[in-house]
Amino acid sequence: MKELLAILLTSMLVENFVLAKFLAICSFLGVSKKLDAAVGMSFAVIFVMLMATAATWPIYHFILDPNGLGYLQTIVFILVIAALVQFVEMFLKKFVPPLYSALGIFLPLITTNCAVLGVVVLNITKEYRFLPSMVNSLGAGLGYLLAMVLFCGVRSKVDTADVPKCFKGVPITLAAASIMSVSFMGFTGLVTGLFG
Amino acid sequence: MTDRLKVLTAGIIRENPVLVLVLGTCPTLAVSTSALNALGMGLAATFVLIGSNIVISLLKNAIPDKVRIPCYIVVIAGFVTVVQLLLNAFVPSLYSALGIFLPLIVVNCIILGRAEAFANKNGVLDSALDGIGMGLGFTLALFAIGTVREIIGFGTFFGMPVIGEDATTISIIGLAPGGFFVYGCIIAILNKVSNGRAVKRKSFDCESCPSFAACGGEKGECAK
Repeated sequence: MKELLAILLTSMLVENFVLAKFLAICSFLGVSKKLDAAVGMSFAVIFVMLMATAATWPIYHFILDPNGLGYLQTIVFILVIAALVQFVEMFLKKFVPPLYSALGIFLPLITTNCAVLGVVVLNITKEYRFLPSMVNSLGAGLGYLLAMVLFCGVRSKVDTADVPKCFKGVPITLAAASIMSVSFMGFTGLVTGLFG
Repeated sequence: MTDRLKVLTAGIIRENPVLVLVLGTCPTLAVSTSALNALGMGLAATFVLIGSNIVISLLKNAIPDKVRIPCYIVVIAGFVTVVQLLLNAFVPSLYSALGIFLPLIVVNCIILGRAEAFANKNGVLDSALDGIGMGLGFTLALFAIGTVREIIGFGTFFGMPVIGEDATTISIIGLAPGGFFVYGCIIAILNKVSNGRAVKRKSFDCESCPSFAACGGEKGECAK
């Protein structure tokens, strides 16, 4: 239990996927303008991350690795994620329309979201067992949600601020992200402090 | 001949994927902690970009329109695997330094974007030139950011000390926040020097969305 909680806090706060590991920066900058969109996108990411982990972990450990096909990891994983996203989209559209109208529009963006491929590859490289892998993915998704929601608040101020002309738009957004990244560095040592 | 030259140089300066189009931000920020890593990442991505552009341009009539994105992804993933195996065998230090960002070249939006926007419509030679140009543009931008971060953050350049030993380095520039900051500053400087003409992507709207090529959703719907 302690181990799982440590993994959750590490992937969510200490090694935040967006602000410390630089994954999913594209969607972090693109979809963080409005709170509704940011939250919807984040939940879609959490959902797909958990599904992708549940699908890729057994594939790697029961099919690829025993047969010495570990080097095919990248190709197999991206195909699994692409197929999974397509499948989830069709399933939601047919059976859970309310959820589809909330998350469906973000699903096409998620195949190429590097956080999803990133987390499933990391679970393999870190040699987590199945349950820790799922917890790590959940933490990564929650960290993404946290970063998106917080940054959404920052964005609404930054966009109306009076900044030098050459800094308008992309540069000032990146500078704001930089300051937020500094604040997340404050979590360094949190996990070792709590769990020794 | 001048047209070919234009295709080649477009990616390097006028449509630099990193500094002008603001694409491929994840690897740009993550591996630009040193000039050497930046150069390695840039060249690895260039190799994949040239290879996938050539193959996709050759296959453009054979790939059904409806499943073209998954097909592109398979081609790109194939080349990424080749790069992974080569680097692991011959440059293991770079392989471990790039870490997870090596397999993540698959979802690099520059590569998928060029497949969809260029290789899908143009001949083999043009697509190869476009791949070279875009790849070099990516490499140059990464190298510039990596150089600034390595010198200010660690006081070294390619691992050799360049500033005096008693000078203080600002180590935060080499850490995560410095990545965002230096990248933002370089775009701002380009903006200033070119009077706002250079940087095409002023904000993050639908057409400039990195996932635009792969997105099947209604236009602008995700921002509502």
